[in-house]
Amino acid sequence: MVAQPVVSHLDLCGTRVKVMRAGQGAPLLFLRGTDASDDWRPFLDDLASRFDVIVPEHPGFGGEARPDWLDRIADYSNYYLDVIDTLGLDHVHLVGHGMGGWIAAELASRTTQKLASLTLVDAQGLYVDGVETIDTFLRTEEESVRDLFQDEKLAATEIERRLTLETEDVRLNNQVVIAQTTWQPRGYDPHLRKWLHRIDIPTLIVWGENDRLLPQAYAREWGKLIPGARVEIIANCGHAPHIEKPADFVRLIEAFAKALRVAA
Amino acid sequence: MKIFNFHLMPYAHADLDAIKRLGTSWMTYPNSYYDPKKGADLYHEYLDQLEFADELGFDGVAVNEHHQTAYGMMPTPGVLAGALARRIKNGKLAILGRALPLVNNPLVIAEEFAVLDNLTRGRFIAGFVRGIGVEYHTMGMNPAESQARFNEAHDLIIQAWTRPGPFAFEGKYYKFKYVNPWPRPYQDPHPPIFTPSSGSLSTIRWSAQRRYTYCQTLAPIAAVAQTFKIYREEADKAGYQATPDQLAWSNAIYVAESDEKALRDVRPHLEAYANEFLTRNPTMMAPPGYTSVESIKRMRAIKGFIGQRSTAEDMIARGIVIVGSPNTVREKLAAYQDMAGFGISLTKTQFGTMPHKMVQENQIAIAKEVLPYFKDRLPQPVKAAAE
Repeated sequence: MVAQPVVSHLDLCGTRVKVMRAGQGAPLLFLRGTDASDDWRPFLDDLASRFDVIVPEHPGFGGEARPDWLDRIADYSNYYLDVIDTLGLDHVHLVGHGMGGWIAAELASRTTQKLASLTLVDAQGLYVDGVETIDTFLRTEEESVRDLFQDEKLAATEIERRLTLETEDVRLNNQVVIAQTTWQPRGYDPHLRKWLHRIDIPTLIVWGENDRLLPQAYAREWGKLIPGARVEIIANCGHAPHIEKPADFVRLIEAFAKALRVAA
Repeated sequence: MKIFNFHLMPYAHADLDAIKRLGTSWMTYPNSYYDPKKGADLYHEYLDQLEFADELGFDGVAVNEHHQTAYGMMPTPGVLAGALARRIKNGKLAILGRALPLVNNPLVIAEEFAVLDNLTRGRFIAGFVRGIGVEYHTMGMNPAESQARFNEAHDLIIQAWTRPGPFAFEGKYYKFKYVNPWPRPYQDPHPPIFTPSSGSLSTIRWSAQRRYTYCQTLAPIAAVAQTFKIYREEADKAGYQATPDQLAWSNAIYVAESDEKALRDVRPHLEAYANEFLTRNPTMMAPPGYTSVESIKRMRAIKGFIGQRSTAEDMIARGIVIVGSPNTVREKLAAYQDMAGFGISLTKTQFGTMPHKMVQENQIAIAKEVLPYFKDRLPQPVKAAAE
């Protein structure tokens, strides 16, 4: 029961964004990380059996021009508030991975009015003193893919799948947007942590046990800063649990949503 | 031709084996390898060399800016230019250049340059650059904003020098309620502007449109000639004819009694310069947005070349440097001037590990055997096509 995503384009704020959408149920807006130009992946099929899954490529990604208004992650957060309004979404399960987690957290610190829950997956956006992280801007493309995974075989497969000649232009252009929004300070916003206490919806922090880009200490920090947040660590897993441990990942998301329904 | 003595001020005592091992002399080459006592001596030797160049009759002296590297010890070139400003009595004093996007407040550069222009009573030359890729790491500036910040900082500095103050400046990156710098530049309307670059088309065009002197950094002479040709074409498009003094070639020259001796003397220092001091990780050098996507793809395609060691012979043969007897050096410099059409030579007389005494001998030889022959020399038409 593979759900074929419907691909459409959203013209909003003077920029064009590719949106993949599949499934039925409560809306689940999945904000991807720096790999936002990736294909529809199997874990999204699994989520689509329970949710109306919406996966946008971020503005400026995928070979589209960098919008004039894009300077920092907070601009993305405001953009996605516009997206939620424009698509007429409500009771949204907002899920963000890596850079997308940063966008989601910033968005939720502004308003949670249209959100049912927030899930942050190995999210960027915070700085924890004394915890060693990897400077992704000093890594080759191969190293960057390798950094994502605990399983070296999976890393090799992903390198082959992702680093093709056809996608080189898109990848290099995406890097410029990633630098624009995350270079300085490197991968975080010192102002974000000041307002995370405003997030008043059920929040789940999902983290790969062996994330080398953002070690587990970051999961605990998110857990401390967002009131009532639950932290779930996925064993034997790197920075991308939805790809490396899709079954565990989907199970956590579904159980979290189900618990909310029961509570409601 | 005007011949300037250009200095990089390398940390000549760098541990070359450590650089080989680490694969870089930039950013992550630990500064524990810097010995302040040796470094202080080098600063004084290098400043002595530039003062000596002025006494010997070079047309000017030049310093530049780099950060967190043994390649050059001039993170604050204004300090070194300040140390020289009262000692350089005859020639020009140039900073080639300051990296405009690397500061949060470009007005400090407008001020610094205006002070230097006053100190030298109008013999200062202002160089504007973006800095190299790795410096967006070391200075914590966003490479994706490099070009836009450069353009805006340039506009701000020119306005600060030319518009009666106080006025307000409201840019995207720089916002000032009051722009009214004291002193104003000594030269009217402002010091000559030089724009060093490794040959990016957009910089050449930008520079030609503003009639700024374009300086080509270390490159084989055939590539230099091509670059300068593009500048002249861009000037034509802008409706004027470029003059040779708008084109400067950055090189290194070493003169000794014979070609053989010159090569023998220079080899270890030149090869250390090309292979160790210039060593840096390519990822470090090409941060996203600083380098265009096209250039990154081009660099990836020629990946095979990176990692190959340069030899002194190769650098000489390709016309990156000029090494030899007085006669050889004169012949080559003249031939290269005719081939590329430049009116300014930015000449390093010290490079890599070259020690003080050897530099002074080289400076004396250049002053005696080269400078007089090029005093008013202009590029001559070349009969045959360049090889």
